[in-house]
Amino acid sequence: MSQSLLDIAERVVGWAGAGIDVEAFVAHEQETEIRAYQGEVESLTVASSMGIGVRIVRGGRQGFAYAAALDDDTLRETFDEALDNSRFGSVDEFAGVAEPDGVEPASLDLYRSELVDFGTEDKVALALELERATLAADPRVTGVESADYADTVYEGAVATSRGVAASARETGCYLVAYSLASDGDETQTGFGFSVGRQPGELSAETAGGDAADRATRLLGAAKAPTRRLTVVLDPYVTARLLGIVGATLSGDAVLKGRSLFADRMDEAVAAPSLTLVDDATDPDAFTASAVDAEGLATRRVPLISDGVLQAFLYDTYTARRAGVSSTGSAVRGGFKGTPGVGAHALRLTPGARSQAEIVADIDDGLLVQGVTGLHSGVNAVSGDFSVGAEGLRIRDGETAEPIREVTIASTIQRLLMDVTEVGSDLEWLPMSAAGVTLAIADVTMSGT
Amino acid sequence: MNRTLAAAMRTGADFAEIFAEDRRSASAILDDGRVEEVVSGRDRGAGIRVVAGDTTGFAHTADLSAAGLAAAADAAAAAARRGGGGTQTVAVSALEPPRSLQVRIPPEEVPKDRKVALLTAADAAARSAGGAITQVSARYGDGRRRILVADSDGLFTSDDQVRTLFSVSCVATGDTGMQTGRESAGRTAGFELFDLYDVEEMARRAAQRALTKLTARPAPSGEMPVVVGPGGGGVLFHEACGHGLEADLVAKSASVFAGRLGERVAAPMVTLIDDGTMAGEWGHYGIDDEGKPAARNVLISDGVLTDYMWDRLRARKEGRASSGNGRRQSYQHLPMVRMTNTYIDNGDADPDDIVADTSHGVYVAQLGGGQVNTATGDFVFGMTEAYLIENGRITAPIREGNLIGNGPDVLTRIDALGNDFAMGSPGTCGKDGQGVPVGDGTPTLRVTSLTVGGTAA
Repeated sequence: MSQSLLDIAERVVGWAGAGIDVEAFVAHEQETEIRAYQGEVESLTVASSMGIGVRIVRGGRQGFAYAAALDDDTLRETFDEALDNSRFGSVDEFAGVAEPDGVEPASLDLYRSELVDFGTEDKVALALELERATLAADPRVTGVESADYADTVYEGAVATSRGVAASARETGCYLVAYSLASDGDETQTGFGFSVGRQPGELSAETAGGDAADRATRLLGAAKAPTRRLTVVLDPYVTARLLGIVGATLSGDAVLKGRSLFADRMDEAVAAPSLTLVDDATDPDAFTASAVDAEGLATRRVPLISDGVLQAFLYDTYTARRAGVSSTGSAVRGGFKGTPGVGAHALRLTPGARSQAEIVADIDDGLLVQGVTGLHSGVNAVSGDFSVGAEGLRIRDGETAEPIREVTIASTIQRLLMDVTEVGSDLEWLPMSAAGVTLAIADVTMSGT
Repeated sequence: MNRTLAAAMRTGADFAEIFAEDRRSASAILDDGRVEEVVSGRDRGAGIRVVAGDTTGFAHTADLSAAGLAAAADAAAAAARRGGGGTQTVAVSALEPPRSLQVRIPPEEVPKDRKVALLTAADAAARSAGGAITQVSARYGDGRRRILVADSDGLFTSDDQVRTLFSVSCVATGDTGMQTGRESAGRTAGFELFDLYDVEEMARRAAQRALTKLTARPAPSGEMPVVVGPGGGGVLFHEACGHGLEADLVAKSASVFAGRLGERVAAPMVTLIDDGTMAGEWGHYGIDDEGKPAARNVLISDGVLTDYMWDRLRARKEGRASSGNGRRQSYQHLPMVRMTNTYIDNGDADPDDIVADTSHGVYVAQLGGGQVNTATGDFVFGMTEAYLIENGRITAPIREGNLIGNGPDVLTRIDALGNDFAMGSPGTCGKDGQGVPVGDGTPTLRVTSLTVGGTAA
């Protein structure tokens, strides 16, 4: 199938006439999603989708079109539409498609036939087991809002008129549960998940247990008085914070005057304990991939080393404009979107101590297990950072009473500088960043 | 059509449905002074849903041939897999014509260069607001979504939904760093959107918003009275109680409003309505994505909880009718209970008096989305333009941040409603991975106490 997707992409690229650059991105995906509820299958979705996105650059003007089908008429219509759209773009001397840069893609095996061969009945059984495991994990778990098994088998190809021809295939699956824990009138919620490339790597016990723990440990939670304290971010929360940091380091933001760190190259932008790389060639990363969304090899990009800013992320366009090489950092949200710049798999270099050891040194703090409103209270341009938070108070080196309905606030710049320690508990999560415990001093907790 | 539904029902299902969709979209993006992207897209296909007992099977296909539909119907039926067997005959009635949507100027008939011209006009207007405006981006988008729903109850109906959207974002740079300002307008309408909205005026407002924030001080932290300007408060209600009134969450006891019908849940002045029939508004449609006509539903009346919102599946279990709130992002998704246009009607207070009557607190002029945990009721919403209130006057601008509250608490703490009702900005509501367009609106309102998530004492 990969070969035939690449054939399709190369055929469309072959329609380019003189003076026309073309990129064709073709994707095919098969998904299964099963939701268990009260011992039954609540819903079972089987889906197959495919489509093409065609980008054309002519005379420095760019046009794009997509379609969710791959028949000959559709391909031709999509090509023609992209060509027509290119008439209306502005002339930009740096616009263009990727060309081979001599970097060999990493050899990554991200495809597991075990997933393809796994039967629907077995998937159903996993979803039901997840619900059972969540309920069984703690007597205070009174319900499971959702217990899902989901998988995807993805194949994609990208080709350009400048000679790029790349294809990839991968499998992935996960279990995710949302539990409801109750005590009297009070209800708290928690999630847990388990991810893998094939079902044998999944653990319903882990996902259900985490969902139960996160919900039950918040029972009795209350607001707390406003104060400044040290926050300890759970690995999952750190991963979400890294996603925002990654956006500020995109070459696109830098070139267009939207990056906090545009003029800070080779300066200390973070605490010395912080080393951040983006590395999609790490096979353990859930979002690993050997080629980027433009078909160039992904590579390890050291962004921040010992607190010092070392690099920004670039795709073909932003690299040309900045006069540097692409870092293989093109990303796209499927065939319906044009490529942009983004991090693939961010990872902090882990420290030496566990979360418990880090907490043991904190007199006055908040262990943050969940945050909300990252899209509404964080501005990656100004750096303002304010999110809803829940978790456990830390008093004299121990976790204490649960806290909810508070916010934690600072700025992105200060959060990075105020990092006091990175934990040893690195884990890959179903997102483009790895989680790890992170302690940050002097954050405002707003409550009563 | 009948054959496909019969195939879907073959294994003895209770209900089968075909949802077909043909969507065309066009967009253009200007950034950094250049028209970067002109995009058009086509997406069509069908989702087939089969319900047997408590199990829903769902399959979708981009192949709309008889064979493609039959394969999807088989897959959905197998997914619902309840033995029993038996044959069911399905007969759908004649197709009802689409409801008349008031689209005066179909966007597909507007030349692309006119759409692009809107972007360059907005760029120029924003930059003319002053040298501190260092970056501008603008986006134009339109979409036409034709849907058709047929089901084993004999329903056969269709809708033709056209939406047009424009937004502009600015960056201002000063001694204190960078700040952003955004303005957006969208309607379930065609290119006549721009009879109502002047893109240059929108650009100037976005630029002004960014410039104002250059002098903003850190937001306060802690509990205080919060006045939300006209239009903005809709997001607050959307998060504080809207999601909690969706029957699918209620049925799973994942809502703090479960089991509270008939009870007082809000201050007596609060009447909350969800209304998919509001012509032109962003969350408007003729029929929902299960074929049910859009409706006006009163959810809270004078502070008393009167009803939840329903889709077909949850309504069927309760032996009642759907409230026309069954929506899905596309044919690739299962429908679920979603809001449409959610609003609080006018009160009788003069908005100036509401501010004058507030000795200290925060005035939120523009909100930037939010999030809620329906099971606990805790919700946040972001302020993208806000000011201090000192001695009954709106004073210094403050920097961005979230506010946090608990839905049932906040509803009872509303103590003033203005007479200046306005709809807010067009929004995309996300739930369970699906995004759908929603509208909201409120007059100026005051909450006696909310936690403002800033850093200042």
